This record gives sequence, C-alpha cells and structure tokens, in this order.
Amino acid sequence: MPTFSLVHLEFLGWAALWTLGLSAIAFIGGGLVGFAVALARISPVRGLRWAAIGYIQIVQGTPLLILLFLIYFGIAILGFSEVPALAAAGLGLTIYSSGFLAEIWRGCIQSVPRTQWEAAECLALTPWQRMTRVILPQAARIATAPTVGFLVQIVKNTSLASVVGFVELAQAGKLINNSIFEPFTVFMVVAAIYFAICFPLSTWSRSLERKLNVGRR
Amino acid sequence: MSAVVRLHNVHKSFGSHKVLEGVSFEVGRGEVAAVIGQSGSGKSTALRCINALETIEHGSIDVCGHAVHDPKLDRRSLRRDVGIVFQSYNLFPHLTVEQNIMLAPTCVKALPKAKARELAREVLARVGLEAKAENYPEQLSGGQQQRVAIARSLAMQPKLMLFDEVTSALDPQLTGEVLKVMEDLARGGMTMILVTHEMAFARKVASQVIYMHKGKVWETGPGSMLDAPKTAELASFVGSGL
Repeated sequence: MPTFSLVHLEFLGWAALWTLGLSAIAFIGGGLVGFAVALARISPVRGLRWAAIGYIQIVQGTPLLILLFLIYFGIAILGFSEVPALAAAGLGLTIYSSGFLAEIWRGCIQSVPRTQWEAAECLALTPWQRMTRVILPQAARIATAPTVGFLVQIVKNTSLASVVGFVELAQAGKLINNSIFEPFTVFMVVAAIYFAICFPLSTWSRSLERKLNVGRR
Repeated sequence: MSAVVRLHNVHKSFGSHKVLEGVSFEVGRGEVAAVIGQSGSGKSTALRCINALETIEHGSIDVCGHAVHDPKLDRRSLRRDVGIVFQSYNLFPHLTVEQNIMLAPTCVKALPKAKARELAREVLARVGLEAKAENYPEQLSGGQQQRVAIARSLAMQPKLMLFDEVTSALDPQLTGEVLKVMEDLARGGMTMILVTHEMAFARKVASQVIYMHKGKVWETGPGSMLDAPKTAELASFVGSGL
C-alpha cells in the first residue's frame, strides 16, 4: 500500500493554489460588491438603504453551503448545463463575503466621528470628496483588523467549495486519504498548509494597522 | 448698512424640546458679534443654523445673500462663504497640518497644489504656526490645533466666520493664544459671530453682544452693556461669571 509521499504533497500544493485563487476571487469580488452595498446601506435614499439591509440579512442568514448548492443547481436550472465549478464557487463565495464585508465596512465608516463629517461638509467638500478624502482614510484604519480577520474566514470557508465538485485543499486531502488511508498524516499536512496561508495574513494585518496609524504616532 | 447675517423670528426644536423660540438679530459687515448665555440657552444651535448644520422650522435666515431657510438652498455655495471653527477643533487626524489646510482649496476651488501650499503657509503664518506645517494634529497642543482649525477656515477666504465655543476645551494660557488670533482677525475686518464664555473678550472685542436666554434673544447691545445689564437675567449671568 502506498504511503504519503512527495507526489501527494505536490498534489496538495496545487490544490492550495486553487484555495488561494478562490479566496482571491471571493475577496476581490466580495470587496467590490460589499463596498457598494456598504455605501447603499448608509445612503440618504431610503429605497437603496432598505435594499442593502435586505441583501445583507438574506446573505448573512443563509448557510454558505446552501448558497453554493443554490447557485450550482440554480444556474443549471436556468439552462446553462455545464457550470464550471470555479464559477459557481467563486460566485457563491463572492455573494457570501459581500454580505459580511458590507456590514463590517458600514460599521467602520459610521464609527468615524460625526464631527469629522460635519467639518468636511462645512469646508464645502462634495459628499464624494468628503467620503474619499476624509471619511474612508480614517475608516480604513478601523477596518483593517476585522477585514483581515474575515479574509482568514474566507480562506477557510473555501473548503466548502468541494460540495460543487471543486478540488481545493480540503477536497484534495480527502482524495489522497481515500487512496492511502492515512487520515492523521494527510489532514495534519492540510491543516499546516491552511495555517501557513492564514498566519502571514494576520501578521500583515498588524503591520498594515501600524502603517495606517500615521497621525496617531 | 447691509447686514451680512440676518435672522428673523427663527424657531427650532429637537423633538418636543423647543431650543429657539423666535430668535432675531443682525450682524453687519466687519462686525464682531458675541453670543453669550447659559448652557442650553440655544446659542450654539443658533450658530449652527446660520451655516445650515441645523434646519429651522420657522422664520428666515439670510447669510451673504443665501436664503438659508430655503429648502432649495445650495449648501456648498453657502459654505464657501461661511467658515466655522468648532469647540473640538475637528482637524482631520490622518492629514498633516498643511494637508488639512490644502484639502478644501484644492478640492473645492481646484487650486493647483503649489498655490495651495503657498496659501497654507500664508494662513499658518497668520496664526503663528508656520513651523508646524509638517506635523500631524495629534502632535500639537489644543491651542495649536485650534489655531490650525482657524487657519484651515481662513484658507477658503470666507466672508463670515463662525466660532462655536472655540476656547471652551482649553486652559487659560492656550485660550489666550487662540483669542489673540481671533482679535487679529477682528482687527483685520473679518465679520465674525462667536459663541463664547469669555466675557472679558466679548467686552473688549465685540461690537455687538447678544445675550440669549431660554431660546430667545434677551438683551443685545455694545460690549459695555455687560457693565450695566438691563434685565435681571443678564445681571445674574454676568454676576455669576465674576
């Protein structure tokens, strides 16, 4: 019977790249959509605000697993028979992250003191200038830690993408274990790779916070 | 004489709490008006109404040709004419002193960077803080931050400046340096309305003192009115301040 070898490690390495790729899609897609939803959530237009609240509630109240199933089979029902697993998983994770990032960032934007909004307004800045030049730079500093914290969640949640047939790190581990029956070794290696991805993110978060802390020494 | 600011019968309430109950006064060009009164007399609210930070329910406010009470008011155009300085400075903590000052002229008036920097140095010189241009607000004392806030307002070359209890968070020495800057401004002909607890400053610099009590203008007159109050309320207010 074969045992855990370099071949398996190489296979896991490739799978880890897919995990990273899927995480990147989820974070970038979720970031773009989430930012728009966050702005809508604090918009003075009531309809926009309610739409954003509804979106956030629905996404946050649905398990990611169910979301992935819905998208994978939903797209098939709509007539696109061959849905690439990457597209389904990417879309599902994008929607999922956007719902959470929107709410995290909405909180960060609103935690910039009211007086800063007033001061910017009183200098005749447009709402857009006020947002980009005064509010967002301050909100970004507050947002760093929770955003990176959530990014780590995304990395780990990509493991659910295996249910739509996507072979990422966790699924690759399962496949290897099915052939060599060394669950402890295999999943220790898988766990170590996840940790190796997530740990630098946390370190990066701390250095980013320090960098954005300019003005508060 | 054309008034720069004219409030007529202004009413304002927060929920069921009536804050302003028919406030009227006028401030002419180059005048320095000091609004005094107990906490809760509505003086800060009146000031905030002047640059549309609060909307009023009844009455009219005209400021530098803008009808502030009009729902169709162009707020940005009003704010180009009116500068305001707050009790808590409200400098932007992520920008240096110079960037704080350059922000509005570059964004709003589309001034080129070099011109804006020149302007920043110029207004910083007026408040005596040229040396602090590269510092961040947190590295300055309260008095210095407040002077930067005044400089930031000045850089927009307003026709009217509002001061909302700008020295209330400062110790006497820092208060002195901020008041000196304001006195220089007044001498330079700036039209100013200040909400203040500094009676000595009001008496010395203000051309008009407005005493507010319970949401109304109770008594108004030149600085000397503080020495001979006509109403019992002002007498007791001035008396308690001594």
